[in-house]
Amino acid sequence: MGIEKEKIAEEVKMYREMYKEHILDLYKNPSNYGELADFTHHFRSYNSLCGDDFKIWVDVKDNKIKDVSFTGSGCAISTAASSMVSDKIIGMNIWDVSRMNQEDVLELLHIPVSSGRMKCAVLFLKSVQENVLKDDN
Amino acid sequence: MRLNNERVMNLKTRFPLLISNQNLVYLDNASTTQKPQEVIDIIKKYYERFNANVNRGVYNLSQESTILFEKSRKITAKFINAKPEETIFTKGTTESLNFLSYTIDSIIEKGKDEIIISPLEHHSNLIPWQQLAKRNNMKLLYMPLKKDLTLDLKEAKKLFSEKTALVSISHISNTLGTIQPIEKIIKFAKKVGAYTIIDAAQSAPRKKIDVKKLDCDFLAFSGHKMMGPTGIGVLYGKEELLKKLRPFQFGGGMIDSVELKNSTWTTLPEKFEAGTPDIAGAIGLAKAVSFIQDIEVENIVEWEEKLTEMAIREMKKIPHVIIYGKNNIGIISFNVDGVHPHDVASIMNDNDIAIRGGHHCAIPLMKEMEVSGTCRISFYLYNTLFDVRKFIETLKEVVQIFKNGN
Repeated sequence: MGIEKEKIAEEVKMYREMYKEHILDLYKNPSNYGELADFTHHFRSYNSLCGDDFKIWVDVKDNKIKDVSFTGSGCAISTAASSMVSDKIIGMNIWDVSRMNQEDVLELLHIPVSSGRMKCAVLFLKSVQENVLKDDN
Repeated sequence: MRLNNERVMNLKTRFPLLISNQNLVYLDNASTTQKPQEVIDIIKKYYERFNANVNRGVYNLSQESTILFEKSRKITAKFINAKPEETIFTKGTTESLNFLSYTIDSIIEKGKDEIIISPLEHHSNLIPWQQLAKRNNMKLLYMPLKKDLTLDLKEAKKLFSEKTALVSISHISNTLGTIQPIEKIIKFAKKVGAYTIIDAAQSAPRKKIDVKKLDCDFLAFSGHKMMGPTGIGVLYGKEELLKKLRPFQFGGGMIDSVELKNSTWTTLPEKFEAGTPDIAGAIGLAKAVSFIQDIEVENIVEWEEKLTEMAIREMKKIPHVIIYGKNNIGIISFNVDGVHPHDVASIMNDNDIAIRGGHHCAIPLMKEMEVSGTCRISFYLYNTLFDVRKFIETLKEVVQIFKNGN
């Protein structure tokens, strides 16, 4: 119990920092925000628990992600994660995207994410994986 | 006992969780409340000294257990001015309302095929009726809201006709804390011979309930929102209606006679309590009821009003803070303009303040309000003036972080 409490206290401290740094910047000015004129996939990404609601556009050519964009609204974590993951996957092979997981998203975010908010962090990646890969296998 | 800050601080010492988490400011009481030592102790004592099945054994222990269980029912029934036979133990408000939605067709007259609810309802008082309407080919009607998110009674009245089978409405909105004009709604329904169902999940903990005076047909509430254990709640129903109502579940304890092809049912309230009930839960709930009665429910309301007023007054001074709803009691729904509720809740959590962020199981209402969610604080009798101050200070911090640059 003692160790657990200390760990939580440590996480809490780091959380505070996160809101003041890059996450907040991306929340206010997300990258790849907007609609794509040319795209192969378009879908909605929705988290019923907290109401994160995004529309995503993906343009795939020769099994490569040429471009990605999104619109909509969500919390700071989901918006920042959408920005970062979209930056990361542009130019990637779709099979490499399919192998990405929670750890990869956390590495991009660079902050500890509590279990209650993990869904926000991985929402964008999961939606892309579900919607792009199911059509292209 | 009228409550003031000093008395509340004293009361707080009777809640072990609040004592072991000294820094915690718990403002999610509409979701569930903390439990006093008395409630925890009596549940433990029941299992240590009295545990046996009820209404079954001829041995002393079973009889003692039955006496304790039935005494708990009496205390709980008296709390809402009902008869013990009219007080059915369920798992909670959700089960009580689902129970009704599966059985009420057995007493609905032919030709009555309209159900009336409001957009303010918690999903547990919305989906059961929506699904009943689908199953039985009935029509689900919503009483409209005014701009201030209170019921438009003038328009609501027009929905009632001979076709109305039932109206189900919350006494206090779990999202906005609005006190609903249930007396008037009940009147509208009586005129057209429709059944009236009250979701008292938020009002039983903080408002005097008198089912005889209200003259409602059914009323549901949960134990855990009023300091009782989780997993126990009540469905009240008028005796003459319960007698006619089809049982919800079948099994042990609820039968009169069983043959290979037919069975008959025992008397109230056992007819509706198939299987071994949550005996310890009922005893815990009765203890929580006694706790409330010692303080007197009027004093809880008065204290919550004071906390609510103070919080709203201070919140209104903070730029970018939007408060929703009117006639709030104990519950305040708000947003910081442009900031997601979960981000607000996370920063509150950093300061040991437990608040709720999200849709509060009321997605249709969120749509009506044109938001994806709100933040919600909700008080109970152990919240102090300090709790409100700490919340206000942290809310200022949220605005500072999100609105005034990094």
